[in-house]
Amino acid sequence: MLLGGELGGFKRCFSCLREQDLLSITGQSRAGTMVQWTDFERATIQDVFSKMDYESVGPETLSRCLIVYPWTQRYFGNFGNLYNAAAIMGNPLVAKHGKTILYSLERGVKNMDNLKDTYAELSVLHSEKLRVDPDNFKLISDCLTIVVASRMGNAFTGEVQAALHKFLAVVVSSLRRQYY
Amino acid sequence: MLSKKQKELIAEIWASLTPVAEDIGADALGRMFASYPGTKTYFSHLDISPRSAHLLSHGRKIVLAIAEGARDIGQLTVTLAPLQTLHAYQLRIDPANFKLFSHCVLVALACHMGDDFTPDAHAAMDKYMSAFAAVLSEKYR
Repeated sequence: MLLGGELGGFKRCFSCLREQDLLSITGQSRAGTMVQWTDFERATIQDVFSKMDYESVGPETLSRCLIVYPWTQRYFGNFGNLYNAAAIMGNPLVAKHGKTILYSLERGVKNMDNLKDTYAELSVLHSEKLRVDPDNFKLISDCLTIVVASRMGNAFTGEVQAALHKFLAVVVSSLRRQYY
Repeated sequence: MLSKKQKELIAEIWASLTPVAEDIGADALGRMFASYPGTKTYFSHLDISPRSAHLLSHGRKIVLAIAEGARDIGQLTVTLAPLQTLHAYQLRIDPANFKLFSHCVLVALACHMGDDFTPDAHAAMDKYMSAFAAVLSEKYR
């Protein structure tokens, strides 16, 4: 069983998940809260990201986030024209930042057993400097999932989706850690 | 708030998907069960193995209801009245799950439509699914 405090923290992060899903993600282990990855999950995450075209998935993901959830534009006041979908999709600053985000995810892909430390610095950055509401991390995760789905088509099975969902959930959790 | 253009886009997309309602529906449900295992608790009375007869028929039912609502979004409360009652008093599915299912519907659409699931279509569809879920939960309390 997770200790009360940790579970409380996770519960706040994963309000969309049931307790049994949280426990299965983090591993029902008295020893700690290290994430348990199955062989399938590891292989799937490596596979999905190795086949990904970061240069186009990154920009499209951030663009979709700004289009589908327009309130997220509040964090990009200095990005210039975000007036409509076409402007957002064509905005070079959006494209550049989309790639930055995706290459940062790649670091997580290469360090799946230590996502906590991998994202510690970025967590501080997002909470202290950028002041991003951490609920937004879920929004961009959902957009990334949809972009990957549209690229992979039928190869993006329910099992692959579940593996990506778990990976992104743990990344999001790591990014939330330093908020207080 | 959905613009006129968004309503037309939504109606168009769902009309085109009606012939494959059971595929989209079963796909979305299967995805939800895989990513959010807690949702399976509502289906202990059905065989929800991939592409089972139950899953296809149930998926079809759900997608047809979504498509029906899309034909006249302004009348959603009227169209969904019987389903509101069903969900509130009989099924009593925690409305938090509607968000999870909606996300899986969008993923199913993205897989099915590829590039045709443009950011504009994505935005409109996300709004429609939120509205649909909100109306569906209106009678809960």
